[in-house]
Amino acid sequence: MNLRRDVFQAIADPTRRAILLLVASQSMTAGAIAANFDTARPTVSKHLQILNECELLNQELNGREIYYHINAKKMKEVSDFIEPFRNMWDDRFNKLEAIMKKHKNK
Amino acid sequence: MERKTKIHAEEGKQDLIITREFDLPLELLFKANAEAEIIEQWMGTKVLKFESKKQGGWQFETKDEKGNVVFSANGVIHEFLPNRKITRTFEMDRTPFGVQLEVAEFERLTDETSRLSIHAIYESVAQRDQVLKLPFAQGINMAHNRLQDIVSKLK
Repeated sequence: MNLRRDVFQAIADPTRRAILLLVASQSMTAGAIAANFDTARPTVSKHLQILNECELLNQELNGREIYYHINAKKMKEVSDFIEPFRNMWDDRFNKLEAIMKKHKNK
Repeated sequence: MERKTKIHAEEGKQDLIITREFDLPLELLFKANAEAEIIEQWMGTKVLKFESKKQGGWQFETKDEKGNVVFSANGVIHEFLPNRKITRTFEMDRTPFGVQLEVAEFERLTDETSRLSIHAIYESVAQRDQVLKLPFAQGINMAHNRLQDIVSKLK
């Protein structure tokens, strides 16, 4: 699947947020995750696939089972999403300050 | 003294406030926001038009090396009070982000320092959040290395 997923759309879904909370503290198999929801197993699989594509989950093969756990690094990027916006303005304003200091000393 | 830009954006609201203190006298800070050739230097975009007066228009455009327009924006200045306030609209062309209203207030702190605060109001909560995510998702500021790192991970 080539579709590039939007990480923010991924975490906007309540089921997917619940999945992220579940796997935040421990690695779990798809079956164990699905057992926490009333929704059908394929629906949960679809959610896992989306989270995986967004790199919000890490997969680990243990024997014949795939265990999912949260990708903390990616989650941090998402929670810090305002930071690039702030950085962009900080860069601009740093430049502004430097330019005007030269201006002043002319 | 460390002067950092602050962004105040509450969840579920359609506005945000950008504030920054400058190691510059008020007059110089204002000048940097009122003259096309200076805006050009720190905004990193060509300023095609900047009529610094009430009902004046402004237009920014950035092209890549091949001459393709990669960013263009325009708006109208609603209020222009030297050393105090600029109220303007801001619209990025060919994007779904709508029009935002920007109220920039300039304040003297000491003879040598000043503060700028920009209150940006968007058409909706969703549009504000889209704009906030823009540098994160698309890397609009290509010069920023950290940003590019994040964007390359998103691909």
